Amino acid sequence: MRQLLAVPVVLPLLGAAVSILSGRSRVVQRVVGVTVLTVVTGVAVAILVHVDGHGTLVSRAGGWPASIGISLVVDRFAAMMLVVGEVMLLCVLVYAIGEPGAERNHVGFQSAYLVLAAGVALAFTTGDLFNLFVAFEMMLTASYVLLTLGGEREQVRSGTTYVVISLLASTLFVATVALLYSATGTVDLALLAERIPSLAPAVRSAFAVLFVVVFGIKAALFPLFFWLPDSYPNAPSPITAVFAGLLTKVGVYAIIRTQLLLFPADVPARLLLVLAAATMVVGVLGAIAQDDVKRILSFDIVSQVGYMIMGLGFVTVAGVAAAVFYVVQHILVKTTLFLSGGLIEHVGGSSRLSRIGNMVRSAPGVAALFFVPALALVGIPPLSGFVGKLALVEAGFDAGEHTVVGISLVVSLLTLYVMVKIWNGVFWSPSEEPEAQAAAARRAGRANGPVWMVAPTTVLVACTLAVAVAAGPLYSLSTRAARDLVDPHRYVEAVTQRVGAGGGSGR
Amino acid sequence: MTVLMAATAALLFSVGTYLVLQRKLSRIIIGLGLLTHGANVLLITSGRRGTPPIVGTGDPARFSDPLPQALALTAIVITFAVSALLLALAYRSWLLTHDDEVEDDVGDRAIAAARGPEGDE
Repeated sequence: MRQLLAVPVVLPLLGAAVSILSGRSRVVQRVVGVTVLTVVTGVAVAILVHVDGHGTLVSRAGGWPASIGISLVVDRFAAMMLVVGEVMLLCVLVYAIGEPGAERNHVGFQSAYLVLAAGVALAFTTGDLFNLFVAFEMMLTASYVLLTLGGEREQVRSGTTYVVISLLASTLFVATVALLYSATGTVDLALLAERIPSLAPAVRSAFAVLFVVVFGIKAALFPLFFWLPDSYPNAPSPITAVFAGLLTKVGVYAIIRTQLLLFPADVPARLLLVLAAATMVVGVLGAIAQDDVKRILSFDIVSQVGYMIMGLGFVTVAGVAAAVFYVVQHILVKTTLFLSGGLIEHVGGSSRLSRIGNMVRSAPGVAALFFVPALALVGIPPLSGFVGKLALVEAGFDAGEHTVVGISLVVSLLTLYVMVKIWNGVFWSPSEEPEAQAAAARRAGRANGPVWMVAPTTVLVACTLAVAVAAGPLYSLSTRAARDLVDPHRYVEAVTQRVGAGGGSGR
Repeated sequence: MTVLMAATAALLFSVGTYLVLQRKLSRIIIGLGLLTHGANVLLITSGRRGTPPIVGTGDPARFSDPLPQALALTAIVITFAVSALLLALAYRSWLLTHDDEVEDDVGDRAIAAARGPEGDE
């Protein structure tokens, strides 16, 4: 089973190579892409089932021992993220194939997409801090390519902003790794978890905050999120869906992993709660001011990241379990929202609220595909967002953090306002430019859009509903994952195979 | 010696930060290059000084630490590739707009113009 850990990373890279070599035949490219991602999704599910039953899986690259080599470490949290990420990547790829846009016009789309998939898988499974940097760079470079495919003026402008900010974050990451190496002598996460407690408290706190900044830029935390609404809306819809659903969540994953594993006694909880509250509020206020569906949803990503960091800021098993559950369900919901936003743009001709309208008559399928994830995002029972927010609120009250929980509930109401605004603007109110919209609808063919765009969106909506139905078992899984996360000894033992390393806790 | 290296990294970081805050894209790219140089200097400084770490050529206890050197090489290669991509983007931007400036976001400007002169909407 441990040999399978490398498959989600290696197979997409091989697929990317084959894809670029067969650039002449779009059919071969598509077959390779969809096959690779389907296989990787199956492997990810198998890994999750095994890890949940038997504990953390460790695979050493090259067979080198832990102090010298790089290990791939998959615990329950990593396995859950891997499964959700791969499902999401597969659905968005099918959507991109169906959309007359970036994938059809550019030979390099499929291979860049598969490199992105490999980078994301490596980021979730690696057990080495510098390998995490390499995984981030793999993922980011592929995203630079996907963002600027086509070289139009707006894409180049927003792409430049995105590349500069990401390069700054990477430089900060390298500097932090350098300082950490000179303080502890290792970059392996498990060995760091053993050696960091022996540093001075001020040094530990400084590193903890440095890591929050480094990954906060990627996760779009306040006040580091301003690049996101600048760059995300100008990409093609499937690319924005992948970025929104996955890339920011890799940043959140990295924050959770480094804070809980490396700095269990020094998590800057107060700072995280303040930043989470500010992120939630500023994100939703920004969303209210916008006129374009994709820009509204981009600001909303920022707001939702605040919820996940709030769960982390409680630093209890219940808080972290709520955060894990929220991340998993939010990846599905956010991606679905962006895909239906793309459908709105395809069928309506524009995504500006002031231009389109009355689509509940002309495209009722699209209306339904937007309605369900929008309600899930806001947190209407019995959908998945409600379960996530309820878990966060309960964990917050248990931890005594009433202010932040109150702020999160107010932000939920504002999110409802934003979703109602989109619903009114796009689906209910009459159209400002009915001829342009009718022309776009005729160009789109079927009333609700091409089959291969509607089908993956429907599958993802079904996944969010499945998460809502299976919320009980899924939340139990999140709680087991949170127990692994809050207690770093299990992780360290699994990697170093030294029982009682760093002092046991009587389990 | 370590003080000298740390001072070098600090100088590179400060000059790089100043350049990254400019309006012209070409200066931003040079600033990013200097920032990454600073990070790499920091990475190399974090290892022990010594003789070249080649097996069989001397006393292993006096070798320099090879791991930060490998990390620095990896970081250099990665940032080299990304800088090349960024330069290609900058050139494309020059071809499209004949200008080097980094502009504000179009949507932000539209909203500011809509709300500004007319007061409250």
